[in-house]
Amino acid sequence: MLDHLTLPAEMRDEIVAHARESAPRECCGVIVGLSGQPGELRRMTNTYEGIDFYEVDGRELLSLMKELDEKGWDFTAIYHSHPVSPAYPSPRDVEYAGYPDTAYIICSLENPDAPVVRAFAIVDAQITELPIHPTA
Amino acid sequence: MADAVSTANIVVLIPAPLRRFTNGEAKISSSGATVGELIDTLEASYPGIRDRICEADGRIRRFVNVFVNGANVRSGDGAATTLKAGDEVGIVPAMAGGC
Repeated sequence: MLDHLTLPAEMRDEIVAHARESAPRECCGVIVGLSGQPGELRRMTNTYEGIDFYEVDGRELLSLMKELDEKGWDFTAIYHSHPVSPAYPSPRDVEYAGYPDTAYIICSLENPDAPVVRAFAIVDAQITELPIHPTA
Repeated sequence: MADAVSTANIVVLIPAPLRRFTNGEAKISSSGATVGELIDTLEASYPGIRDRICEADGRIRRFVNVFVNGANVRSGDGAATTLKAGDEVGIVPAMAGGC
């Protein structure tokens, strides 16, 4: 059961940068690592062309899944942006949440000058906010 | 000679969220002439896994992608996609949502 997310400041900054570059579309990506520790941030391709949804490219995801299995790593977090809405899981975020052991990070650009990054566990449609720790 | 579809000759990649059904196994060998049959075979060995992949009518769930040798079966015949010995089937829950 997740009780917090370790997210180094440089990864947080990278998520914000990715969100800003992708706006008005949503960005998406993952943080992968060993046993919940953040090893690498990977930007992923959002295959949805509109501005109010994201879907990570499935083939990229399959390829990454194989790579992680070879390394013994797993998904520490899945991130996406909310270009114009708060940093809180939307009903569709909850509907699609299929990784109960992985943190969901949302970066809001609702206030473009003050991005907000929050993390959540989404398990059986229940949302629990996770404290973000910059170091383990 | 054994029927080609009755032997465990298809490699199935199990995603982390479904490994609680497979005793933690990430890669298993299974069998089936189609993706639907393969999922039925998995269900026999790992009860509960089918509902995480398919709707009650057998269609693959909207939030799950199934790949055969890297091709998403949703773009083709879905659960009716035929399989042959040596195929690799990847089950990948979608990472998706919307604001």
